[in-house]
Amino acid sequence: MKHLLGIDDLGADGIGEVLRLADSFLEVTRRDIPKVPALRGKTVVSMFYEDSTRTRLSFETAAKRLSADTMTFSAGSSSLRKGESLLDTVRTVEAMGIDAIVVRHRSSGVPQRIAGWIDASIVNAGDGWHEHPTQALLDAFTLRRHRGDSFAGMKVSIVGDVKHSRVARSNVRAFSALGADVTLVGPPTLMPPDLEGWPVTVSYDLDEVLPTTDVLYVLRIQRERQEEALFPSLREYANRYGITVERMSRLPADALVMHPGPTNRGVEIDALVADDPRSVINEQVANGVAVRMAVLYMLLADSKEGRAA
Amino acid sequence: MRNPPAWTAPDPTGPGHWLLRARVFEADDLKRAITRIAHEIVERNHGAEDIVLVGLYTRGVAVAERLAEAITSFEDVDVPVGRLDVSFYRDDIATRRVSPLGPTQLPGDVKDSVVVLCDDVLFTGRTVRAAMDAVVDFGRPRAVQLAVLVDRGHRELPIRADYVGKNLPTKWDEDVRVHLVPIDEDDGIEIWECIEETEGEK
Amino acid sequence: MTAEVLVKGGTVIDADGSRRADVLVRDGVVADVGENLTQRGATVLEADGCIVSPGFVDLHTHLREPGGEDAETIETGGRGGALGGYTALVAMPNTNPPIDTASVVEQVLRVGRLAPCRIYSSACITKGRSGEELAPLGELHGLGVRIFTDDGSCVNDAGLMRRALEYARALPGAVLAQHCEDAQLARGGHMNEGSWSSWLGIPGMPAEAESVVVARDIALAGLTGGRVHFLHLSTATSIELVRAAKAKGLPVTAEAAPHHFTLTDSLCCGYDPIYKVNPPLRNDGDVKAVKEGLADGTIDAIATDHAPHPAQEKERPFDEAPPGMLGLETALALTLTELVGPGLIALAQAVALLSWQPARLAGLTEHGGPVAPGRPAHLTVFDPEAAWEVDPTRLASRSRNTPYAGRKLTGRVRHTLLAGEPVVIDSQAQR
Repeated sequence: MKHLLGIDDLGADGIGEVLRLADSFLEVTRRDIPKVPALRGKTVVSMFYEDSTRTRLSFETAAKRLSADTMTFSAGSSSLRKGESLLDTVRTVEAMGIDAIVVRHRSSGVPQRIAGWIDASIVNAGDGWHEHPTQALLDAFTLRRHRGDSFAGMKVSIVGDVKHSRVARSNVRAFSALGADVTLVGPPTLMPPDLEGWPVTVSYDLDEVLPTTDVLYVLRIQRERQEEALFPSLREYANRYGITVERMSRLPADALVMHPGPTNRGVEIDALVADDPRSVINEQVANGVAVRMAVLYMLLADSKEGRAA
Repeated sequence: MRNPPAWTAPDPTGPGHWLLRARVFEADDLKRAITRIAHEIVERNHGAEDIVLVGLYTRGVAVAERLAEAITSFEDVDVPVGRLDVSFYRDDIATRRVSPLGPTQLPGDVKDSVVVLCDDVLFTGRTVRAAMDAVVDFGRPRAVQLAVLVDRGHRELPIRADYVGKNLPTKWDEDVRVHLVPIDEDDGIEIWECIEETEGEK
Repeated sequence: MTAEVLVKGGTVIDADGSRRADVLVRDGVVADVGENLTQRGATVLEADGCIVSPGFVDLHTHLREPGGEDAETIETGGRGGALGGYTALVAMPNTNPPIDTASVVEQVLRVGRLAPCRIYSSACITKGRSGEELAPLGELHGLGVRIFTDDGSCVNDAGLMRRALEYARALPGAVLAQHCEDAQLARGGHMNEGSWSSWLGIPGMPAEAESVVVARDIALAGLTGGRVHFLHLSTATSIELVRAAKAKGLPVTAEAAPHHFTLTDSLCCGYDPIYKVNPPLRNDGDVKAVKEGLADGTIDAIATDHAPHPAQEKERPFDEAPPGMLGLETALALTLTELVGPGLIALAQAVALLSWQPARLAGLTEHGGPVAPGRPAHLTVFDPEAAWEVDPTRLASRSRNTPYAGRKLTGRVRHTLLAGEPVVIDSQAQR
């Protein structure tokens, strides 16, 4: 496998392989010397056209733990100024002799385009509204550590601004590939315009869905969306779709609560919910490095199998 | 007599088929070898107190466990057993990707212990080199020794075993297969040869 | 090059019908049409197996001059037109500066005189295309402008559009052409809103962004009696509305672009902005409706909406790239392959959609035939069976943004005569 542009690049088998690799890498990250020489001599470049310190650091840590060399271009830096075209920038970077680019961009499809222009492996760290595959993988990894390998029959409710969410699109693909039943919950204005063919059910009523939810996945609400008349006010959104302490009491006792972070306290989720024992939000963050190590290893270590000697 | 330029051995799943050439150890032979090695380890290290047996996935772990059992039976000491996956330390990442075989677990830290690496077959020596790199990342042992059931020659690095079950000179394109219960159905050591129908791999 | 040209061996198709005939051209006009003509000293253009028709007329070409010469100039656009069989192009006014004053119209017409194609200018409905104040419609009409449009943008203010339609009634032959795109419904969109945009995570423009404006302007045409022409219609709903309006006798006309009857939004799955256009590529149902609209006369003309963009503009992320596709040199082949070939329209009707119908709509009396003695010799000779492959590097345009690169098409222009001058011979531009 050369690129990770979206969850469909992996399929259920590929997802399983990433998660198994991530198990091993999680152990590595817990050692005193959390480093293995697996990708020594490889260079991994982060190109973050959209600011995201957390995700960028997570990828860079993953690369370093594999002993790869890293380079960073981030939104503020001069090399990503608007004047130079995307094509010219990636060709210049490639000319420096690199093995992989981890790219985040506000426009959907950019990683796919870049993959068509240069030889290096491309990892999508988030493109527009389209996908954020490593987020979905670390979410699946977190869930698996609580619920085991099979997600068959697991009821996952993804709540929030699905329309603009690359995390939601990747999660729908990943969770349904692993056998879960996915329900999208939110106001009609925050659902994608046409859900034909999506392996999901849709509900506009969070309270109706809560009692049968095994995994509650809460998406961020961006304050700017209010200005597009997608909902009347943040207050109304929080009333109808916010995960309050009261709603948590109606969620089954053995359910799990997840969030891709960072949370908007008091909007989509109450501050106290993060302390609820059912919340695995902090684990998601911790698992990010191991999962990204697994992805980088899968892409940059050659896939020809041989006999161990 | 040089090795073929690309040192990947014929792929047991590739073109050509494998035939059993000889069965060199039965279950009893294996048991005796384990017992002898266990004694040698204790003798060399003047006792079993600081020993940590670290098995290399997959069959090396079974070897380590049996050695531990044997040592316990005559020294009355519990020897800690660790499991090591060297996949991420291999130097041949560029030519083959080996999926990790199992979770690495080392008992405590290995500082000041005598780590005895255990494996089923010693061949080019690259696995053992990777294992030494891995062990050192966990701590600084007092000494590292190597126990193998079979040494089949064809070393590519200056690595030698301290304890050997059987020296078995083989041809480069043969395969030595160690069977250990419960991973396999029975205990034994076999040599297989490959009858290739097409030209070998590059 | 003598002043006499003999087009030999072809089949003439014009509004009067279809017949085997040679065509003799002298001093810029058709001198004789008949079988087995000879003329000593005349330049002979072989037309065996070819159709000889009135030159094509494109109601909708972006020539980018002034201001966008990186992408195209009047000369290169004119050459592309000639190679595509066009003898007349109506230049769209979204240039820089926009064509909303006499001086810019004069500049376009002046430069156009040198082109291997007759260049006519449209002009903006509103100053600067900003949709706020009327442009000097009367003055521009006086310079020969007949088509007024803010193309690229829509006149969103219904009240202003009403006034423009009323005012234009006093300008004989004037037609207000609308780029139908409700700014608020379409806001933020970069492709057709639908199942593909939902999966791909690209903001979409619903079909209704086009059809609400079509409905509105049909109502305004009824209210004012002014002529409305709908540019590049792309949706089934819009076409149904126009069909019903025509049935009521309202003064509305419509055009469609070849990409809207050959391509769908699924092509955006690779995020290649070569497929980004406004109005966007739609779904299968819409494509079918466009074909039906062309077949049953709801749509009066095929217009290319030729929109060149320099390569680096189309190499940007999908949502940052400008919309638009080349069209002049592929329109004929696509019409023949997708409409005539499958039997949806007859060959004669295809020629009508490309030549005399748009000529009539734009009031270009010199163009559109018929091919008869005394008429200006603007002629297209094309081979409906010629197979060729679209190579973007060999198109006359300065730009390369054709979505048909590598496609094998059937139907090609062999010769084009502009006022009797062969500007294209054997598919090669002469100037």
